[in-house]
Amino acid sequence: MDFGRVLRDATPLLLEGLKLTIGVSIIAIAIGIVIGLFMCLMKMSKNGILRAIAAVYIWIIRGTPMLVQAFIVFFGFPQVIQLLSPSFRLDAFTAGIITLSLNAGAYLAEIFRGGIMAVPRGQEEAARSLGLSKSKTMIKVVLPQAFKVSIPSLVNQFIISIKDTSILSCIGLAELVNKAKTYVGSSYQFFSTYILVAAFYLVIISLLMILSNYVEKRFKYETKKTRHNE
Amino acid sequence: MKQKRQDTMNKIDVNEKLIVKDLHKHFGKLQVLNGIDTTVSEGEVVCVIGPSGSGKSTFLRCLNQLEEVTSGTIIIDGYDITDKKVNINKVRENIGMVFQSFHLFPNMTVKKNIMMAPVTLKKMTTEEAEKKAEELLTRVGLLDKKDAFPIELSGGQQQRVAIARALAMNPDIMLFDEPTSALDPEMVGEVLDVMKELAREGMTMIVVTHEMGFAREVADRVIFMDGGVIVEEGSPMEVFLNPRQERTQDFLKKVL
Repeated sequence: MDFGRVLRDATPLLLEGLKLTIGVSIIAIAIGIVIGLFMCLMKMSKNGILRAIAAVYIWIIRGTPMLVQAFIVFFGFPQVIQLLSPSFRLDAFTAGIITLSLNAGAYLAEIFRGGIMAVPRGQEEAARSLGLSKSKTMIKVVLPQAFKVSIPSLVNQFIISIKDTSILSCIGLAELVNKAKTYVGSSYQFFSTYILVAAFYLVIISLLMILSNYVEKRFKYETKKTRHNE
Repeated sequence: MKQKRQDTMNKIDVNEKLIVKDLHKHFGKLQVLNGIDTTVSEGEVVCVIGPSGSGKSTFLRCLNQLEEVTSGTIIIDGYDITDKKVNINKVRENIGMVFQSFHLFPNMTVKKNIMMAPVTLKKMTTEEAEKKAEELLTRVGLLDKKDAFPIELSGGQQQRVAIARALAMNPDIMLFDEPTSALDPEMVGEVLDVMKELAREGMTMIVVTHEMGFAREVADRVIFMDGGVIVEEGSPMEVFLNPRQERTQDFLKKVL
């Protein structure tokens, strides 16, 4: 074990992988939020077909491991599409983002739905009784409160998604774990390298948790004065 | 107030502020309202009393269409609000409502609670709404709480803010759904005082209440409901001192 050497040699390589891990996470979570919001609204809609589509999507994603989902997207889909257009290629980066955003979207949809349902019905009635339309009530009254309730679960899902990028190393995405594998392949420094990888994950996720604590504090429904009195 | 209405609404020329005709409301098989007929004149204060489950809250909630009616008509200021063509959001701007459990927006300060609707619905600029909010808070005696959040107020204070919030839209009818039922006894008075003041100023008010003292003192008319119908109505003197119906007598014996 030569931790100093690993730190010196592997860090540049791992930082490259870390960049990709962070990049894929941010893009996939952003797309996942959009998918999640749509699926949440579909699942809460009055239209039975929309509701069914959302329910099936959430059921399939939640009922299968992400590794299998990644294999289907990366190896499976191209095979089918190539029957129609033989020149079709899908790179690991795109496949990774598709997999991760579809995966996060399903969980986020349920988190959003839970948040909206947690807002008491009286809030909606109060807003409607003042003359606000359904959509204005949603935007002005329900969603801000739903968001606050959802913050802990949202952060939780972001953390899971960031860590799940490591699964994408199996389809050859050159993210943190994949880079580490390459390095240990030649150096045999398993312990030091993977400890270093773990430390990298810990750092990003700690930063995210600090950010979420800050956001949660900002959304406290109390004035500063009373908070001090507690 | 009339220019607030949409031109597309068909105005029926009547003098009464509110006319309810043969109002029925069913929840599935459960019949909650079984044909309500009544009228309310401008400036009148009507208290609706009755045992729980008598349909009085549902009746009140039908008046601003928080509950869709099964059949019957409700005419407010000459406009049939049960007509699907009527823009119910516009109608509601003129009908303030106060709920049993306040329903203040917990994520907004007291002032923002009051300003939200007039600003969102573009009835006032932010400055106007702010001025209005402070004016209303002075009226309900809570100006010093303008920057507090609802959670920091007592129940009575929250309900007074809720009244101020409803008044911010300059409604000409106010509906109160058991406004003091969720309050600690010592806070009931402060809320009733605000309501009495409002009644004195000539606001048309329909109040579902268990506060018989308030009904006796403030109401121009008392409606006793049971089993989804109006059993008896009249002046507080008539209903409280000389009830004609046996059901009214029974009820009053229990609550007075």
